Amino acid sequence: MADLPDKHTRKSRYTAERGTPGAFEGETVTRRGLMTGGALAAGGIASAAFGLPALGFALGPMFERAAPETWQDVGGEADFNDETYVPVVMNLVPSIGEAGKTTVYVRRFNVGRDAERNSDLPYVAISTRCAHLGCPVRYIQASQRFVCPCHGGVYDFEGKVDGGPPVRPLDRFYTRVRGGRVEVGDRFSVNSELERFPHPRDPSNHIDGLWQYLYPGRPST
Amino acid sequence: MSLVPKFLRPAPPRPAERDGAAPTPAQRAKANAAEGGAGLVGYLDERTGASPFLRGFLFRKVPKGTNWFYTLGSATMFAFVSQAVTGVFLAMYYNPDPTRAYTSAAHITNDVFLGELVRGMHRWGATVMIVLIFLHMGRTFVFGAYKYPRELNWVIGVVLIVLTLMMGLTGYLLPFDQRSFWATVVGVNINASGPIMGPYLADFMRGGAEFGESTLSRFYAMHMMLIPGLIGALIGAHLYLVSKLGTSAPPWLKAEKKSLKREEI
Repeated sequence: MADLPDKHTRKSRYTAERGTPGAFEGETVTRRGLMTGGALAAGGIASAAFGLPALGFALGPMFERAAPETWQDVGGEADFNDETYVPVVMNLVPSIGEAGKTTVYVRRFNVGRDAERNSDLPYVAISTRCAHLGCPVRYIQASQRFVCPCHGGVYDFEGKVDGGPPVRPLDRFYTRVRGGRVEVGDRFSVNSELERFPHPRDPSNHIDGLWQYLYPGRPST
Repeated sequence: MSLVPKFLRPAPPRPAERDGAAPTPAQRAKANAAEGGAGLVGYLDERTGASPFLRGFLFRKVPKGTNWFYTLGSATMFAFVSQAVTGVFLAMYYNPDPTRAYTSAAHITNDVFLGELVRGMHRWGATVMIVLIFLHMGRTFVFGAYKYPRELNWVIGVVLIVLTLMMGLTGYLLPFDQRSFWATVVGVNINASGPIMGPYLADFMRGGAEFGESTLSRFYAMHMMLIPGLIGALIGAHLYLVSKLGTSAPPWLKAEKKSLKREEI
């Protein structure tokens, strides 16, 4: 029993002092410990070699910019007026196919009723995605309001919130006229003053007041 | 040699039961039977040591008062197995491409032999699994079976419920008709409504800022491989803990026990 190391030397950082058989002078790591650590490290490196690229592959789209801008022809200038909306059907993402067809409400810019700051867009194109959770809203001409069927969100003629749970006005699209044809471009979000945010936010994301700091803009938008 | 597996046969005789006399042919036959057959089943049993494991797993002692409510967990697992089997066969015909998904799903229903049945089983089985898993959870809660030492199994069960609901969300998109498309758009937007992380989570689910082509293949991969794999692994852990810790007695047996104690005194 006498040659068993006492408490102090058992804790020593030198294997020789800990009484490890065959220990070298000044050695701090046992050969068994080195092999275990080395095997674990090799396994970790090998797993990371395929795991990290795979993870980046899956998460990458979160940090990529949205698709390049597209312009879609939605009709001639004579098809639209500045008093009521005309629904046009288009695909937000061209490759999505039949199921992804969505309605966009289009009217000419109305000098009297529309905010001056958006006068650079000749047409007002309103997205039908409710700013609450993205249900399709419908324009009702009799009341001049957009109404969402899901949770009763109501928007006025300009798409500003009139009632219900939506947190911001309806999204809009860039518009332009090329050779007498009206073209609808990318979607963007507007705050309650109809100030433009360069890229679309998800429905339910606030862009007004203190709440906007809980929904920061992200790389993909 | 009988094909009956070892664990279903009567236990071998104890040495004390034998007397010193030479064993009769009947006794010898019984002893041989108890040691495992020479056939394929016996071979597999001997090599894998399945008998002791299965004897402990399938013939473990259960508390008095065990009743039909205790079968809800097995029922949920059976629903999962049925979903897995029908899902694998549906995947043989389904095409996760935005322009072809709907037509391939319609093809399964309208043209493929028994396609309507298999798709229907998968579609209704999903609902059955949700109902069963919540009944199972309710049983565990009402019977107090989540308490020490089974609390970890409750946690695993809650994760399994979340994964099952994720199966529902990801599977709902796959028929790719108007209802599934827009319902999933709303479902992803609900995820986006969480502060700070919500929009990123929605980006991850969509594979970008817009609900596009890659969203369908992403949901398909999650529905087909990622989540079922996790569910399978966690079911294994869940069952291991059930067999290790045993099931709990129904709460009303407490009173009976007390009366027993009094009798003993």
